[in-house]
Amino acid sequence: MNGWKRSGRGNRVRYTSGFSGEEAAVLRGLFTEVRQMLAGRAELAPTDELAELTGIRTGPTSRPTDRVLARLLPDFTTEDSDLASGLRSLHEPELIEAKDTAAATVLDTLPEAGGRLELSPDQADAWLAALNDVRLALGTALDVSEDMPEQLPDDDPRAQHLGVYHWLTYVQDSLVRVRVTSL
Amino acid sequence: MACMTAPSPSPTEHVSPDTDEVTDPDTPWQAVVWNDPVNLMSYVTYVLQKIFNYPEPKATALMLDVHHKGKAAVSSGDKDTVEGHVAQLHTAGLWATMQRC
Repeated sequence: MNGWKRSGRGNRVRYTSGFSGEEAAVLRGLFTEVRQMLAGRAELAPTDELAELTGIRTGPTSRPTDRVLARLLPDFTTEDSDLASGLRSLHEPELIEAKDTAAATVLDTLPEAGGRLELSPDQADAWLAALNDVRLALGTALDVSEDMPEQLPDDDPRAQHLGVYHWLTYVQDSLVRVRVTSL
Repeated sequence: MACMTAPSPSPTEHVSPDTDEVTDPDTPWQAVVWNDPVNLMSYVTYVLQKIFNYPEPKATALMLDVHHKGKAAVSSGDKDTVEGHVAQLHTAGLWATMQRC
């Protein structure tokens, strides 16, 4: 992976890059993992006859106990816990769906064995959101802070994961920088 | 973003103490984005441009407020509007909440 390039104009703008087989496998693993976490959370949504009749889905009212999921699905407000519960229940199903769709777009557009890929603006936006979710998940699990070093000592068990995190940062940042030029 | 100052009740309006607890549906709300060690400055700026259609200098200024001051109010409006903004910000992965102005 050597950054992203933009080509074309208007509706025909495309963002291109290439990933090695190894890089594609890492991405595939991470996005699949995040999708599974979100799917596990979605299973906690209450089922009731009314929701089945009306098609209006509701999610759980309480914040996820898992801190990675809690970061992916934050409270809507800190001022009023009843309001926070109500808004979570109302919005969480569609939020999970949007995140899952974005991750699925990455998996659909990423060549299985690596190689070149070309994204439309909408697909690029899905990549940006999904890359951000994966970085949030990994960053939360790694306790990433503002002053995190570029590298951790080799004997730190987080060292390898931090390398992946920084690589994801590069993949996302280089895509933002070409995407923003065609807003 | 500063909220519009709510007009004070005129002296002729009767303000009942009983209704103090009732939320006025017209009370403006604001969406607040909080600083986060993961979200990239470039991406936060992009999301603010994309969701709110802000020109790049305004989106950058808001992003820098988030980064340096820990948070910034990025939009304001009625409750439903701001709720929609927070949902969009969460979809993009920003850490956002809503509060009354």
